[in-house]
Amino acid sequence: MTDTILEVSNLTLGVRNGNRPPTVIVDDVSFRIARGERFGIVGESGSGKSMTLRSIVGLLPRGVEILSGSLRYGDIDLAATTGAARRALMGPEIAMIFQEPMTALNPVLRVGDQIAEGSRRHLGLSRAAAWDLAVSMMAKTGIPDPARRARAYPHELSGGLRQRVMIAMALSCKPKLLLCDEPTTALDVTVQHQVLRLLEDLCEEVGASLLFVTHDLAVVNQTCDELAVMYAGRIVERGSVERVFRRPEHPYTAGLLASAPDFDQPDRALVAIPGFPPNLAHRTDGCAFAPRCAFAQEHCHTASPPLEEHEAGHAAACFEVGRLLEATA
Amino acid sequence: MSAPTAVLDGFQTRRRAARSRVLKPWYRNGSLMAGIGVIGFLVLVAILAPVIAPYDPIKQDLQNALASPGAAHWLGTDKYGRDVLSRLIWGARVDLRIGFLAVIIPFVVGSVLGGLAGYFGGWFDTIVMRIVDIFFAFPFYVMVIVLVFVLGSGEASIYLAIAAVSWVSYAKIVRGEVLVAKKQDWVTAAKLGGMSDARILTRHIGPNVLSQAIIYGTSDVVMDIMAIVTLGYLGLGIAPPTPEWGSMILDGQEFITTHWMQATIPGLVVVLVSLGMSWLGDGLSDLLNPERRK
Repeated sequence: MTDTILEVSNLTLGVRNGNRPPTVIVDDVSFRIARGERFGIVGESGSGKSMTLRSIVGLLPRGVEILSGSLRYGDIDLAATTGAARRALMGPEIAMIFQEPMTALNPVLRVGDQIAEGSRRHLGLSRAAAWDLAVSMMAKTGIPDPARRARAYPHELSGGLRQRVMIAMALSCKPKLLLCDEPTTALDVTVQHQVLRLLEDLCEEVGASLLFVTHDLAVVNQTCDELAVMYAGRIVERGSVERVFRRPEHPYTAGLLASAPDFDQPDRALVAIPGFPPNLAHRTDGCAFAPRCAFAQEHCHTASPPLEEHEAGHAAACFEVGRLLEATA
Repeated sequence: MSAPTAVLDGFQTRRRAARSRVLKPWYRNGSLMAGIGVIGFLVLVAILAPVIAPYDPIKQDLQNALASPGAAHWLGTDKYGRDVLSRLIWGARVDLRIGFLAVIIPFVVGSVLGGLAGYFGGWFDTIVMRIVDIFFAFPFYVMVIVLVFVLGSGEASIYLAIAAVSWVSYAKIVRGEVLVAKKQDWVTAAKLGGMSDARILTRHIGPNVLSQAIIYGTSDVVMDIMAIVTLGYLGLGIAPPTPEWGSMILDGQEFITTHWMQATIPGLVVVLVSLGMSWLGDGLSDLLNPERRK
């Protein structure tokens, strides 16, 4: 696999506490994204998925630092790239789409100008050429009457249209990696579906890889090839979407799937995962999921299971994979 | 077959009418037009002063001092026999010019310093804001009067004194607005688009925060005119015999019991300016907000 576009190795993020050990938010996370691949990270609030994404674009909140590990984009070490070098990368190489289309557009600038800004800055286009490109990008995202809508201010557009504008903005410089932080959470379900399809199609057209962060398993199922499930700052399971959905190897993933409605089996009872996610400031030596896990044994509470491949291209961090697979088979 | 179309037409017309009531074009904005009307009229009067003033504003006619309003002198004459109306008209030149010009320097200096302090924070923010606090501790008029007293009267020292004192208001307003704006997602989005700090500050944050400073500026013009009038009243402003509203009020007050109009008329003109500027400010705040304009 020489065609790796993003490689995250043993990334650990945390908040330093003076002399005491740092509070670890993201713990030893590794994954790679191949050119053209669509990779999803799933996890609940506080699982560290958004922090992982933010570390890639250099937007960690004040106080949160990369404690160890590396972030490589091609040959570039992203953690060491700042200032002008970072700005040259953002747009033509890496772009990001936000969760909230309502607030991610500047309220006093016409949306066409906002889309055109990136291509003027990064591709050196003239004002007129950049505007034309903006209008054609808007047309590609399926915005009706793009020439007129480009002259609109954000408040004049609906949520779905604004999210399309965000997509047009992110893709106008033809980035090679597109990061999405829950881009459809603020949209209703029908629009959500359209926007996901559009993202997929446009990424394919531009040749961009996709890193998709969400709490919604169904969204990952619709959009991604590969997926990582995060819990309490660690990747607990990683593999192809098809395999993970068919045969989850971690009790947390299995629990998530069991708790989500399935339209193929509408009569199946939904099973909630008991308990609450752990407080990251008070980590134990054991598996973070052990207190909530139906399969937990004594050793689960004292040692943390490593992320291991049990079949090719499918890894899970669980001592009791065998018992889980027996129980679900 | 034409009936449904007619219904549809009626519906669309109604919709358009409803829309235009909510989102008025700028020329239907009442307070903006009132402000433009009043201030425009006064500015026109100031520009046309040599043409429309019936008399020379500094020519004395002691024979005819303290004349009552009449056909020859519409607003009467002052204690030196100078025509009050002509002095009011020529005074508009001085007071309006200083009022508007004195806003520009503090507006620019305060907005730039406040914007940089709010955006970058750190030691620069600390230094700028402590200086602002020091200036804020003194009342505006007291500071201006003291500074003009120290610098000596005249137009240049009025500009300097007002600039030195009033930039802090702009710095405070713009800094506060920038602090709010820089946390917005669209600033993060611009950063993620690889935009430089200079560009984010001028093109993205600037238009969002400057409207507040501009609206404050309209009320600041009134503050400045009041300062000039106060300085004139205290004899620190524009040297006589140059016509100026403040010194006219000062000259008129000694005859307040017998010729009340002498002090009242220039006072009313000052009130009219403040009224016009606040209408203008109200109107501008609507106009500068894209969510409220058509």
